[in-house]
Amino acid sequence: MKHSTFLLFTLPSLSVMFLFIAIPIVSVFIQSLHIEHKQVIIVSENCDPFGCETTTSVDTEASAKLKEKAPLGKFNGFKTYSNRMHFAFDEIGEAWNSSDSFIDFLKKIYNYPLYRALSFTLAYTFVVTPFVLFLGFLVALGVNNLPKLLKGPTIFASLLPMIVTPLVGSLILFWMVDGDGVIGATLQKIFNDNSLSLKASPVLTWVMLMVYGIWHLMPFSFIVFYAGLQTVPHETIEAATIDGASKFQRTRHVVIPHLMPLAIFITLILLMDNFRVFEPIISFRAEAHATSISWLIWNHLRESAYPLYNAAGATSMITIFCVGILLLPVLIRTWRDFNEKNKG
Amino acid sequence: MNTKIENKLTPVRIIAFVFVALWLIVAMFPFIWTLWGSFKVQADFFSKADWANAIFGFHTEKQTGNFFTIDGYYGSWIEEEFWRAVINTSIVVFFTVLISLTFGTLGGYALARSTYRYAFWILMAGLIFRAMPHMTLVSGYLQPFFAWNVWGILPTTIIVLVAINQPFTLWMLHSFFLNIPKDLDESAMCDGCNRFQAFRYVIIPIMWPGVITTGLFSFLLAYNDFTVTSMLLSDENETMIPAIASFLGTVQEEGKVMYAVAAVVSATAPLFFLVMFFQRQIVSGLTAGAVKG
Repeated sequence: MKHSTFLLFTLPSLSVMFLFIAIPIVSVFIQSLHIEHKQVIIVSENCDPFGCETTTSVDTEASAKLKEKAPLGKFNGFKTYSNRMHFAFDEIGEAWNSSDSFIDFLKKIYNYPLYRALSFTLAYTFVVTPFVLFLGFLVALGVNNLPKLLKGPTIFASLLPMIVTPLVGSLILFWMVDGDGVIGATLQKIFNDNSLSLKASPVLTWVMLMVYGIWHLMPFSFIVFYAGLQTVPHETIEAATIDGASKFQRTRHVVIPHLMPLAIFITLILLMDNFRVFEPIISFRAEAHATSISWLIWNHLRESAYPLYNAAGATSMITIFCVGILLLPVLIRTWRDFNEKNKG
Repeated sequence: MNTKIENKLTPVRIIAFVFVALWLIVAMFPFIWTLWGSFKVQADFFSKADWANAIFGFHTEKQTGNFFTIDGYYGSWIEEEFWRAVINTSIVVFFTVLISLTFGTLGGYALARSTYRYAFWILMAGLIFRAMPHMTLVSGYLQPFFAWNVWGILPTTIIVLVAINQPFTLWMLHSFFLNIPKDLDESAMCDGCNRFQAFRYVIIPIMWPGVITTGLFSFLLAYNDFTVTSMLLSDENETMIPAIASFLGTVQEEGKVMYAVAAVVSATAPLFFLVMFFQRQIVSGLTAGAVKG
């Protein structure tokens, strides 16, 4: 295809991606380097017969002027990255010196928002992903063994947890595990403890969010594995059977190696999706015990009266950096494959 | 190939059967429970005393005279004006899908037919863009959108959703067009068509299966989005999902949780039918990128 035709065909698509994905990333970076102007404050002294008192007021005009001159705010360098909302270097140094044990030190670090969010996001990603892979594979094997008539309805029912909006899906579960909901109330009865609440304990909140994540994404790995199972070569299975391989051995030595490329693909998608976990935290109202990086950015932008663009920008840049690290192995692999293909 | 031995009930098959049955219960039960419960009053749906109340509607019958009530739906759709959100969602979803597919088919076709190295780089960039958490992008939009005074309106959200959707659409349609033999459009070009005519008269008539599958996923992305819509839309332009989220704040305290439950069921129902009618396409879409490598 000629370069000019290629450009014409891809122009609309490339321009929206450039304008709304590439440029925002740059703009986020610039945002993160600036800090909002301080309000210009006028101090005036009023004296009356009973003495003098000083009053302070905001000079709105001067503040507005300052904002107009430099709408991004004051240049702040990388200070936003190192403040206590983010990497909190000073505080960590202090915590290191004042802690008597490593666990004590970790506990102190966990109090800082970024580390809190990072620890949940990473834990979520690296717990949910393997569970989804493993359980999805098992269900795919199971469905493959079902009579043909049942396969269609099973796939239909399996798709629902994935298709339904994360916010809505997690709300549905949240209402069920609520102290008055069907699961929550039943659990209270089983353990004979009326104050038992899945929402009150940090550990149970984490577990609940992860269970939701597994429930939500398992259909995806199930469907992909199930489709992969249909392509396992029949001859190899038969040959293995003739050689005396048991069902387990056939699965272990024929089916799993055949599905390996699929597992890598699923892992990649799951890592990307799990790393941006956000909606369940809103639905479960879990922010007291579990926050994710995306939630942190949302919080910077939403919760305070004035959006903290610099904090949101810095958190976003840190997120993008983490995503880059997650993707690096895949990118290197693709790059190698591509080069080999081109050489050959 | 199905011999009798394969259909025999072995212990392995029984375990597999039980396991799948368990998964089905886990997958389906929350939806059935919530759908049924949405026609009850709060005292039944959130019944601490006895979960059976939610099934038989003990309090519902006492309060409304019938074990079945649509008060929740009336409250959310009419009182809280959920219908507005439904209309907004329809607009956003329709245009997002339309524009995404138009841009995506053009771009995906070109990427599939180009033999140059940059096509590969564009796809790689797409993969990286696909991995960006949406929240990071949203934090970059707010300041410029406020400055240009385009925050809060539907067109802005639509174009942002199109952009966020583009990497996935490109990848999917790219792999779909790779499966359409090159010879088809090339022979048309030998007969004197230029590239655009070949695309118009040869590719467009046969591309619909792939476009429909991709369209379903664009639909899901736009319909399910919370991050972008909740941050970029003003209150009166709110779509369904952020509307449900804001219900939670206001409605919970007033004892109107059932409004939110009804809204949740209303938002889920279209997806239910979508899966029912397009199950085959969704499955093939999920596996398209994967099975072919």
